[in-house]
Order: sequence, then structure tokens, then C-alpha cells
Amino acid sequence: MTVEEGSIHAITVPKWGMTMEGGQVTTWHVEEGGPVTAGQEVLDIETSKIAGSVEAKVSGVLRRQVARPGQALPVGALLGVVADLSVPDAAVDEFVAGFVTESVDETAESGGPATKSVELAGGKLNYTVQGEGGETVVLVHGFGGDLNNWLFNTAALAAEHTVYALDLPGHGASAKSLDDASMDSLAAAVAEFVSKVVSGRVHLVGHSLGGGICQLVAQRQPDLVASLTLIAPVGLGPEIHGGYLQAFIAAKNRRELKAAVTELFHDQSVVTGRMVDDILRYKRILGVEQALGRLAAANFPQGGQALLLAPGTEALGIPVGLIWGREDKIVPASHAAALPSARLLLLDGAGHMPMMEQAKAVNEAILGWIGPARSVS
Amino acid sequence: MARIITMRQALQEAFLHLMEEDPRVIMLGEDIAGGEGSPGSQDAWGGDMGLTKGLQPRFGKSRVMDTPISESAIIGTAVGAATCGLRPIAELMFVDFMGVCFDQIMNQAAKFRYMFGGRAETPVVIRTQIGAGYRGAAQHSQCLYPLFTHIPGIKCVIPSSAYDAKGLMIEAVHDNDPVIFFEHKFLYDSARDDVPEEAYTIPFGEASIVREGGDVTIVALARMVHVAREAASVLEREGISCEIIDPRTISPLDEDTILESVAKTGRLVVVDEAYPRCNVGKDIAALVAQQGFADLRAPVEVVSPPHTPVPFAPELEDAFIPDAAKVADAVRRVAGWQRGGGK
Repeated sequence: MTVEEGSIHAITVPKWGMTMEGGQVTTWHVEEGGPVTAGQEVLDIETSKIAGSVEAKVSGVLRRQVARPGQALPVGALLGVVADLSVPDAAVDEFVAGFVTESVDETAESGGPATKSVELAGGKLNYTVQGEGGETVVLVHGFGGDLNNWLFNTAALAAEHTVYALDLPGHGASAKSLDDASMDSLAAAVAEFVSKVVSGRVHLVGHSLGGGICQLVAQRQPDLVASLTLIAPVGLGPEIHGGYLQAFIAAKNRRELKAAVTELFHDQSVVTGRMVDDILRYKRILGVEQALGRLAAANFPQGGQALLLAPGTEALGIPVGLIWGREDKIVPASHAAALPSARLLLLDGAGHMPMMEQAKAVNEAILGWIGPARSVS
Repeated sequence: MARIITMRQALQEAFLHLMEEDPRVIMLGEDIAGGEGSPGSQDAWGGDMGLTKGLQPRFGKSRVMDTPISESAIIGTAVGAATCGLRPIAELMFVDFMGVCFDQIMNQAAKFRYMFGGRAETPVVIRTQIGAGYRGAAQHSQCLYPLFTHIPGIKCVIPSSAYDAKGLMIEAVHDNDPVIFFEHKFLYDSARDDVPEEAYTIPFGEASIVREGGDVTIVALARMVHVAREAASVLEREGISCEIIDPRTISPLDEDTILESVAKTGRLVVVDEAYPRCNVGKDIAALVAQQGFADLRAPVEVVSPPHTPVPFAPELEDAFIPDAAKVADAVRRVAGWQRGGGK
């Protein structure tokens, strides 16, 4: 889409995930006066969770860089202005001077995407729900993660569908005790969640350990699952980076944890101090280290994968999509070969967290694979 | 998502967790329940600031004890009980009163591990209030933590946030050495932040990077962390980016985080509400002068009150406490400093 002749388009601080309140501008990629095309990454912003790029929504000329590097701004604040050259400078300046940051606080406006919880057999399970109508999508994070791993994805998917994101048992704000840490037990919790909270068949999207869990849910209770999207999933081959798991569990401080977490990403600069601090906060909750240890021991003994799920998944007869970062250091992308009939999206410039590093491509793929809603409620 | 509570609530959650977790944990202090030995209402106070209210009815008088007004009795009992296997949390209302029981801390609790061949442990936590700003006059307003930091064998904890207070309190009671836990009275209700419902710990000797920045490092403790944040917001609009580091514990001190930050910024301002001579600010300034000299691009500034007892006159007390304007001035001085160019 090209900016309409004579009109002025504002680039504003986006809201990546429900907890984002603002961000700090790090780098501009386009010079003032330079051309931008829709979809182009115009500047980088660092939020408390992660660093990311802001894309231009329209093509035109970047007439003003309003925000300067280092500046911290709230969500919705003006970053820059795109307009074609027919717009006089005075009009651009007037637009900048008159720009009012709109309140984009979703919680204040609509009461949601509030955090909810449900009591399951194994204890409290925490989740969020965003969007309405369309298909039902359930996002399942991986080992040591939480529902914030989807902060670049939930809003995009919720524009068309109803999107649930959950904290697995032992993670996030769910109950931390994990008496049975097998993938089977976690799959039972996810299936119980889907049966209790969600109605109808769901599109499961699982990352890493969550990808293994989603395969198990589909294999054990096929009636619950309409499709599977597996992002760098476990269960498709014998290898996993066992050293990473041990380093993540053992990390006692910022330095050790940062060294471990950077292995997840292709671009290590996305790992911010706050991201590391947030994971430390989780790891320091009493019982979490033991839960993670049990999880690793039950599912990845001797630094390999205990459960091979590919044959069962291949036989499911539902659509299966696979997304993998070519630079994945945790679970090798070559495992994708174990599911020859799955649709495959291999991404450059992504490690083990493609839904964060290549969020746009991942969101488009998931939306495309799920397709338009079959029934609109 | 976020669960915002005050430092008061965070500490109450820590006490509740600790008392439930381990029957060896006991609490004692003046009026920590309130009403002991007199007719009428029991548990009337819950401590001078109400932090321990509700604990005596729940855990009984054998674990939550009102004591006489005798600092020596409180600390002597707590230190003795700790050496015999209990894990006492003693409340000594104001740090200003520590002089009365200083020998028991300085020469007894701090020394046992070292004088009995490492075979004696003293897992006692002494809670006490610090800080000016409450019109409490010279004997109820001091920040005397430098006195305790000076003594080896004692760990000194000074939280600035609700999150830190809860995690550090649980860590303090789990620790096997004497810990003095300094609570800034101004922060009980004004420090509000996101705190997990569950119990968690924060290791001693790990500074918190409260704010990341590239131009000037500000190291601050307790209430001064909030003053530094206020200054940093003002300075940001002037184009000066501040990194704020809160050591959280000053014994042990996370020297690495401070030195790494100064290696990045080359400029240091330390803000310390304690009297200026021999305070923590000077200690950190000396650390950086010795070990980070090559990184420094400007002299170190220490922002502290003047060397005088805390004044009672409200106008003077307000002028005594370092504020954001003083911190911002110090940051501007180091940011603009040039060799040979004066200030």
C-alpha cells in the first residue's frame, strides 16, 4: 500500500504483547528523506522483553525521524512520519506538532486480554485469550518459557481468530509443582485445558517441547485437534542440545543465564538485560529449578530425546505445518525430514525462536495454514 | 498480569512464607504483636509499622514474641537462639537504637563463625528501619548501615523495591550468617512493583540494573534508587542516558556489576543517604578509583547529606536529604567534565 497522495502517515510505537507499555528506540534503518516500502523494517525498538523492528505500513518517503535513538516512548507515541514529496514541509511539521498519542491501553478499553486461570487436576493453569470468532488457536510454549514467548504473535493471530496462550504446568504463572514431568502428563494437562476451557476442535501451535506436547495431544485425543503447527518441535529426532538445557537449569545469575539464552537466538542482540532478568525472576521462584530438572530428566535423559513422535504424527491425517529456523542450535532443523507430508517453512535469520525472530513470516504462515474460518461464531 | 503490591505487603508475604516453611523460624521484638503483659487487646500493633500484625494469633506466642523495651535483650536472645539452632527474625525498631546492643552484633554474632573454627553458625536476621523524611528528628532518622558494612561477618541488605524486599528477606532467613535487613521507612508504602505470589529468593551480592543507559552510571541504595530514577527521567530529556545500579546488598557487594557499568559509561555518580564520611558512596567511589581508573572519563561524584545530624526543622530535613535536583546536577557535572576545563 502506498501512502495516498497528499496524506501523511504516522509510524508509532507498536504494542508487542499485552505487557508492553513502551520501548526505547535503538537504530533507524532509513534516513530522513529516504524512501520506504510497505513491510520494510524502518527502525529498531528495544522493549523490556525483547528488541524488535518496526515495519512501515505504507510506502512513501520517510519525511521525519521524530524519535531519536535512546529515547524511551510509550506505546502509540509518534516515531516517524511517512508522506510523499507533494506534502509540503510545513504540513509535515504541523502534523508532528499536533500529533496526540492515543491511549492504546487495551485493558482500560475493553477489559481484556486479561490473564485467567483454571483449576486442572494438576493445579492452577494460567492462560490468556485474545480475539473473537474465527477458528480457535491454542499456543503452547516450550521448556522454561511462558505465554510471553508469543508476544509478537498473539495480536496478529487474534486479528482473525480466537487465540489462547497458556503457561504449561511448572511455568509462568501456572502451578509450579511438577510431580510427573513426562511429556505425557503435560499433554494430558493441555488436553484437559482444551476440553474444559475451549469448545470445539482447536488449532494447536506448539514450540519446541510444546511442539512435542501438541503432537501427543493430537495422537491421544484426535477429536480435539483440527491442525498442528509445530515450531522447532521435539519428538522428531534423537538429538537435542542437552548442554543448553543443563546450562539453563544451572544458571544462577545474569551472566550465566544470558550465555545460555543467547543460544536460542540467531541474532544475539535481541537478548536484552530485561529479558534475562525476567527469566531469572521465574527461575528464582522456589521449586522451579527442581521442576525444570525433572522436566529435562524425564524427557531428555542423557542429553537426547526420549520420545520419538514422528510416525504417530505422520499418521494423524490432519494438516501439519512445520516451522524451523535454519540456525537452530537447540533442535536441528534437519529433523523436519521426519514429517515428509507436513508443510514446511524453513526460515533464514532465525534460531530456535523463529516466532520471535521472524514473527511476521511465522504469523503469515500460521494464518495461511489455518485459512479462513470455517464457521463464524 | 502484573501483580503490583507494596514493600509492606511483600515483606508480610515473606514472613508468612518463612513461618509456614520452617518451624525453627521465630520472631521477636518490641510490640511486634502488641499488648503483651497488659489487659485489653492482643496483637494490637503488629510492630511499629504494622508489618507483623496477624502473625502471633496465627503462629502462637512461642514463635511470635513481644519483648521488653530492651535492645540488649532482643538481640542477645536472638543471637543466642540462632547459635542453638533456631532461625530468629529480630525486629529492632530503628537503626538509631543499635548502639545499645552493638557489642552483641559486632563482637558476638559477627565473630562466632570465625572464633570457633567455622563450626558455629548464627543464622539470625535483624530487621531495622532507616531513613529520614518522617520528621522523626536526629535519633529516629539515620542511615547507619555504613557502621555494619565496616564489620566483617555481618551481611547487610538494603532493598529498594517490593520485589527485592520479599526475595531478599527469604534469602536472609535461609542464610546461615547474621544478616542486618535495613528497611527504609519511606518505602513501605511508596515502593510498589510487580511481585510473584510464590516464594522466591534473590542471592546476596547481586546488584540489580534498575535502568540501562550509556552515558553515566548512578549507584544508589534504598530510597535513593527512586530519587535517581526521577533524576534519570529529567536527564533523559536533556539527552543524558543514565544507568542505575542498586547493589541491594552492600555486604557482600557486587563489585563486578558496578565496574562493568563504569567500563561502559566512564562516569560515576553514587547517591547515599548516609552521612558523607566513610559511607557506602565513598567506599564505592574508592573501589572504582582503584579498579576502574582506566575507564573513568570524569571524577566520581558522591551525593550525600551534609555531615550533620538529621535536622528536626522540616525545611532543614528536606534540604538535608539528597533529591533528584542534586543528583541531576551531579550527573550533569560528570557528563560535561573535561580535563583542564574545570567543571
